[in-house]
Amino acid sequence: MQRLKLFFPLLGFVLVAVFFYVMVSRIDEGEYNPQSLPSALLNRPFPNFSQPNLLQLKETVSQADLLGSIALVNVWATWCPSCHVEHVYLNRLAAERGIVIYGVNYKDNADKAQQWLAQKGDPYRLNIFDPEGRLGLDMGVTGAPETYVIDHRGFVRLRYQGPLDENVWREKFQLLMAQLRAEQVGES
Amino acid sequence: MRIIVALFISLFSFAAFAVVETYEFQNDVQRKRYHQFVDELRCPKCQNQNLDGSNAEIARDLRRELHEQITAGRSDTEIVHFMVERYGDFILYKPRVNAKTFLLWAAPALFLLLGGGIAFSVYRRQRQPAAENDLESSPLSEQEQQRLQQLLKEKP
Repeated sequence: MQRLKLFFPLLGFVLVAVFFYVMVSRIDEGEYNPQSLPSALLNRPFPNFSQPNLLQLKETVSQADLLGSIALVNVWATWCPSCHVEHVYLNRLAAERGIVIYGVNYKDNADKAQQWLAQKGDPYRLNIFDPEGRLGLDMGVTGAPETYVIDHRGFVRLRYQGPLDENVWREKFQLLMAQLRAEQVGES
Repeated sequence: MRIIVALFISLFSFAAFAVVETYEFQNDVQRKRYHQFVDELRCPKCQNQNLDGSNAEIARDLRRELHEQITAGRSDTEIVHFMVERYGDFILYKPRVNAKTFLLWAAPALFLLLGGGIAFSVYRRQRQPAAENDLESSPLSEQEQQRLQQLLKEKP
């Protein structure tokens, strides 16, 4: 028994090592991201807002303009490097799969943002201009890009932090979108 | 001379100048509350810093929001509610006690109990006479004594 006690530190070390190994491999595989936070908005209505329309700055858009369809709300900015990468994919989602995407142009410059859309294509049904990040604050945004899924009643059902691509779409969005469509059909 | 300059440079701290904005307050109570808040609220972007020490855009926005709400006369509970509504319990460096955070709050007491228990049992074992099955320190039996004497008597 005394002898066996000598192995306790080794056993402790092995347990800790296994724990770290599992966590690190989960981070590598994208299963777990220590940076991503659960959104406080989950399963709650999208916040009220009143902000200019990026493409028609004199026009005001509000929460009511987002209601009625299952949609993505994508937070983007021209200063955000991964938004450049993501934009190509958003264009594909809108064009090839007919996904409704609303944009929140976050803490950005209107001229630059308009130019960006003219050059790279515009996947958004509507773009909310949020130069001071007020709407972003109400949404609990921590940075760009972030993508929210809202259902047809305007409830937030998912928040994803980071750029979208095909893998992320398949892992996190596809099932949920199908489920939301089923819910919508069931209700009407 | 150079040494003196170098000394002064080494005394210069960039960290102390991390937060650039200066806010005006109506009174000292408001200023104190602001500093308390930026100290105890966590930056949602750079996750191991408080709002005070963070240069992230979002931390800047939250500080602006805090200043506005404090000067607008909102209460501490209203402000905490506002923050938690948006960023969840995560933003509080001093989390509220509830079912989820209970273990966190109880952990120091639990660890103290555990450590105290171990220390106590070690102390008791050291004070007790050595256990009988312990080979090294148990006295020799009658037979063993005889055998030992025999061995000692034997000429090499």
